[in-house]
Amino acid sequence: MKVLIPTPLRTYTGAHCVAGSGTTLAEVLADLEARFPGIRFRMIDEQDRMRPHVRFFINGRAVHDVAVRLDDTDELAIVQALSGG
Amino acid sequence: MPGDTATSTTLVPLILVATRKGAWLVHGDAGRSRWRLDGPHFLGHIVSHLMLDPRDGRTLLAAAKTGHLGPTVFRSMDLGATWREAARPPAFAKSADGKGRAVDHTFWLTPGHPSEPGCWYAGTSPQGLFRSEDGGDTWVPFSSINDDPDYLRWMGTVQDGTPDGPKLHSILVDPRDPAHLYFGMSGGGVHESRDAGKTFAPLLNGLEVVEGFDVADPTFHDPHCLRLSPADPDRLYQQNHCGIYRLDRPGDTWVRIGRTMPPEVGDIGFPMVVHPRDPDRAWVFPMDGQTVWPRTSPDGKPAVYGTRDAGATWQRLDAGLPRAQAWWTVKRQAMSADALDPVGLYFGTTSGELWMSADEGGSWTCVARHLPEIYAVEVAQRAVEAGG
Repeated sequence: MKVLIPTPLRTYTGAHCVAGSGTTLAEVLADLEARFPGIRFRMIDEQDRMRPHVRFFINGRAVHDVAVRLDDTDELAIVQALSGG
Repeated sequence: MPGDTATSTTLVPLILVATRKGAWLVHGDAGRSRWRLDGPHFLGHIVSHLMLDPRDGRTLLAAAKTGHLGPTVFRSMDLGATWREAARPPAFAKSADGKGRAVDHTFWLTPGHPSEPGCWYAGTSPQGLFRSEDGGDTWVPFSSINDDPDYLRWMGTVQDGTPDGPKLHSILVDPRDPAHLYFGMSGGGVHESRDAGKTFAPLLNGLEVVEGFDVADPTFHDPHCLRLSPADPDRLYQQNHCGIYRLDRPGDTWVRIGRTMPPEVGDIGFPMVVHPRDPDRAWVFPMDGQTVWPRTSPDGKPAVYGTRDAGATWQRLDAGLPRAQAWWTVKRQAMSADALDPVGLYFGTTSGELWMSADEGGSWTCVARHLPEIYAVEVAQRAVEAGG
């Protein structure tokens, strides 16, 4: 599936868009981690919770659980969500 | 002459500056009069601490995060020319119910004992203690602190901590014994281990807490900065939320040496620095801790105060600093000393200025202005070829 990468994470991927695979968001993030070591911990904490200012959208719909299911035709957008100085 | 390979070297300071928006390496010359800024490194990252490994003189660790992303540790083996991210940054053990704590940021880095090359300690927010045995690439939590019911109670909640989050800091390693450790928690008190961290115990006798709270409960203790005298490791100094203290081991009772500070200045502040060769000499940077805790220099007139007699008396050291209307302060890890003679003192301000004194506080020079808010200043000595 298509995974859109926000600017803060492009030092890991080197690209704004990468291919991901998995049947759940957790599996897709594990797939990204395998190819881009360190990227998952910047988004997901050690208790498997999404970090406060990172958001995930599947086909434009916000999701809040890494167990959510998706398939190869879905588009996953990872978004930085923070304003202020 | 042919075959003569002898070269002379000289020691030069390297100031390591961690800021809210990145890190800088500031290279000095032997006279400590010319400075060259190398940076920013990690522009936009919140860098809480940047530390050089004194055991090899070239390995740097940087504790960093961004506004969006989780915390990590970056490592450089070539004095900042290139960086690599730690394979396993400090992180708490995963709880069975998923409700466990998560590291918000690594706040403090301490190189381990000289007999343990590659060993480092890290303190985090919320309070956690971690150790690496591979030069900072992978980090393991201390369950004796991070998962202990008493310690978890003493750490309190996020609301009990500092405005930027509760922190474990000031990790000290006894230069005579790698198993003898100290650390401080804001809040949560001062603690000591004599078995390499298998167990820790509070070290609070003599310390005061905010009026009305139980002095026997570590929860209410807020050490801001602990220092151990390099010349006499049995002597510790402390800048606390409630005063300046000294502890001489094997005693276990802190003495409030800040009572001799001028009353109009008080003895509240964040950082404290100890002379590398004289255990009776130390420096603090007082701040306004009255009423609503402005956390500015008292009366807008910044000054370092130094003692030459272990806290019996203090001298104001402000030559060269702004005389008025300067409302910055210095955070707990943003003041440091080199080991040259005379000792150089360095501090970074919340307004992004880097100051130094090449004469032990006698006069101050601004090395850099307009940096982001400075969180940490460390200084190392590097041996370079004379004239280089």
